[in-house]
Amino acid sequence: MLYIPGNNPAMIQQGGIYGADSILLDLEDAVALNQKDAARTLVRNMFKVTDFYDAEVCVRVNHLSTPFGLADLEEIVPLQPSAIRYPKTESPEEVIELLNIIERIEDRHNLPHNKMTLHAMIETAMGVQNVFNIASKFSRIDAITIGGQDLTADMNIIPTPDGIGIDFARKRIIMAAKASHIDVIDTVFPDVNDEEGLRRETEYAKRIGFTGKAVINPRQIDIVHEVYTPTEEEIRKAYRIVREFRMNSAAGIGVFAIDGKMIDAPIVARAEYLLRLANVTVD
Amino acid sequence: MLNSLGREIPEYMEGIGKLEPFQGALTKLSKGWMDEPTIPAPNKAYLPHQSKLCKTLEEAIIRSNPHNGMTVSFHHHLRNGDILLVQTLTILHNMGIRDITLASSSLNECHDPILPYLKDQTVTKIFSSGIRSELGRAIALGVLDTPVVIHSHGGRVRCIHTGKIQIDLAVIPASAADCEGNATGSHGKSAFGSIGYAVIDARYAKQVIVVTDNLVDFPCIPLSISQNFIDHVVLVDSIGDASKIATGTTRITNSPMDLRIAKLAADVIEHSGFFVPGFAFQVGAGGASLAVAKFIREKMKKKSLKGSFMLGGITSYCVDMLNEGLFETIFDVQSFDAVVSNSLLNNRHHIEIPAALYANPFNCGCITNKIDVVVLGALEIDVDFNVNVITGSEGKIRGASGGHSDTASGAKLTVVVCPSFRGRIPIIKKRVHTIVTPGETVHVLVTERGICVNPAFPELENNLRMAGLNIKEIHDLEIEVDKITGIPAPLEYTDKIVGLVEYRDGTIIDVIHQLKEKEIKI
Amino acid sequence: MKPKIPAQAGTFESSDVIVLIEPLPDKAGRKIEISSSVMQQFGESFTKIVIDLLDQFEMTDIHLIAKDKGALEPTIKARLETAIKRSLDLQEGTLKQ
Repeated sequence: MLYIPGNNPAMIQQGGIYGADSILLDLEDAVALNQKDAARTLVRNMFKVTDFYDAEVCVRVNHLSTPFGLADLEEIVPLQPSAIRYPKTESPEEVIELLNIIERIEDRHNLPHNKMTLHAMIETAMGVQNVFNIASKFSRIDAITIGGQDLTADMNIIPTPDGIGIDFARKRIIMAAKASHIDVIDTVFPDVNDEEGLRRETEYAKRIGFTGKAVINPRQIDIVHEVYTPTEEEIRKAYRIVREFRMNSAAGIGVFAIDGKMIDAPIVARAEYLLRLANVTVD
Repeated sequence: MLNSLGREIPEYMEGIGKLEPFQGALTKLSKGWMDEPTIPAPNKAYLPHQSKLCKTLEEAIIRSNPHNGMTVSFHHHLRNGDILLVQTLTILHNMGIRDITLASSSLNECHDPILPYLKDQTVTKIFSSGIRSELGRAIALGVLDTPVVIHSHGGRVRCIHTGKIQIDLAVIPASAADCEGNATGSHGKSAFGSIGYAVIDARYAKQVIVVTDNLVDFPCIPLSISQNFIDHVVLVDSIGDASKIATGTTRITNSPMDLRIAKLAADVIEHSGFFVPGFAFQVGAGGASLAVAKFIREKMKKKSLKGSFMLGGITSYCVDMLNEGLFETIFDVQSFDAVVSNSLLNNRHHIEIPAALYANPFNCGCITNKIDVVVLGALEIDVDFNVNVITGSEGKIRGASGGHSDTASGAKLTVVVCPSFRGRIPIIKKRVHTIVTPGETVHVLVTERGICVNPAFPELENNLRMAGLNIKEIHDLEIEVDKITGIPAPLEYTDKIVGLVEYRDGTIIDVIHQLKEKEIKI
Repeated sequence: MKPKIPAQAGTFESSDVIVLIEPLPDKAGRKIEISSSVMQQFGESFTKIVIDLLDQFEMTDIHLIAKDKGALEPTIKARLETAIKRSLDLQEGTLKQ
């Protein structure tokens, strides 16, 4: 997921060329407070005509407690991007308020209530505490994300390269997402020039369960992809597991072994997930 | 008459002579010899212990028999830091010399101060591989009566051999020289590396002045230029602005767009079928082009693949790859940064070569003929893969033919890298404004929005498709880009020809018409 | 409508355009100045966009200056719209300058 500042035409018009899976046009933190109107108008115009190729396009609006949030929604909801990303989500009540406004706008424009989804950003201690209720209760929320920098600030701690201060929050948010069967996206890695640091942090994010990672510069996309793309060896192994599972289950055998290791349902499920990621079908 | 690319070429051009239309990249070469006779180089005689040293550049010029209608030549190894071309022409102008033919291997922004000499007919003809900035603008708008001739680096050597360019005076700046005129660019405070383009000037000019700011004890080693061709030697305070001649190391671009294009280009090379042990490689020093080297370097290391040689304009990046053992040899006709000079001086596998060996088509084999993969830029490219590197979208002359067509014609795989549009101007055209490199020598175009393969090379396209690369038909990409930018209004030109673009074999591949600047009504 | 206050929108960055608006005295009409890095190719279409948008907002007694660095059409329109709304003091959901 590539963040693009909403008031930067050069970056928006090139947003689709870098192979990001999704693009986030940002009206919030990347836009100066006195340029909110300009960014909103620019994003609206660019969104309508720009080809972002295969990328999903989301828009991050300002929080409704700011003077900008409502105007953002009035402009963006009618465009029906694939998702609206809502910052600093702290409670289910906030989400209800947000959804009410979105649906009112959708009604006014004769738009369905089930097309555009919501991404809730968890960036405060309160949000982390309430994350399961946010993640699980709303069918329109199909992803949650952690906002590392805001959370660090809210917790009054100093950011460290190992991210130890927000490690609990990361894992709690992941657990809430997994329990709700929705996606969970890791925060950005702010140092664009530190490729090794980005790789380490992405590898960690993958290990603990994030489905993806947000990036602030196109140069970071390839590294995230490299980490998340299954290796040829992993694909071969998964292929073999799924194929043998199907042959065995056709023969009525539930549990079997490959190279002396027992293969059961969870292992098969993981192999199938990996093959879906790699776009490989087993015949 | 029309040339084989459908461009109208006059049969005769006042001030230049009879013109021969381009008939295909290898048509003239396939004969095995050059039809035009080679003119003899001058023979001179010096007495033992006669001194060549002059106190000033002016004194050396006075001793060189300056006259109206003379041809003066320069090399462009000092890039944008050169000051001697302007100084020389100013001296000649002040002496009242008129009707000069300027034959510099290229012209840069730093040469803008000679514009008044074009206006007052001190200079009336120009041969060069490149023209930029205010000069390029003025020439496009018709400041000269005779069209400028744009040649390639290889073509320039041929021009001198055949007498199309007959140099009366060559002024050769060098960062180190001795009293006899042995000279080099590989050391000294103004070091610029290879002096490859000037070798032919030294050999053929009737008078040759070596100018240096670093007169060393005899002999000056290495003998990049040797004393047997040098008439006069001048010691000056400075041959140019060192900060613009060569700076430290060349950095890889940070531009995400250039890096994206470069990565795609490296993927193309990897899967082209030419990325094999012993391959020979050339990249430019510009943004995306140089960045391709970064990705190729990573791929070579990953695959433990070792290449044969790197060629061309050499950057510190090439030197790093040589030192890492990724390539055996560098052939260096032009060096881009200070680190390169050092390597050229000290590494036996880093070899200085003259322009003739680099790219002249009419000899027993220039090194461009042995390139496997070259990565080149473009100002425009058309749906027939013809490339323009000389005129900008606004119609002005603002680029250089350089080694573009030389290397494209030699390489097994010519990859052109450029963004699909620049500042709202689409780069892929139905027809480029000026053809420098013919489409038959271009295999692939790589842009940020897709890769286009010249349909003349179906096997290559197949290889790239098999690798899962994003291949688009060039016509489709052209339409896609036009939709983003809108279609620019056409520029307006007069019938007057202000430039002739010579292909490396001496035929005319295109002409440049005088630009008419429109008044836009508001 | 007449501009109430001087306003501007956009930046000098590449692919962007900066638009400045000043109110003119009554009955002064429109004064438009456009400069662009792609004037020769897109000057006419740029001018048309400006006039169309001014017509749409029925703007008069306005001095508009646009300095373009190759902005695409949606960007040009967005910057013009923002500048016009700001000059009319109509902008919403933003901190005012």
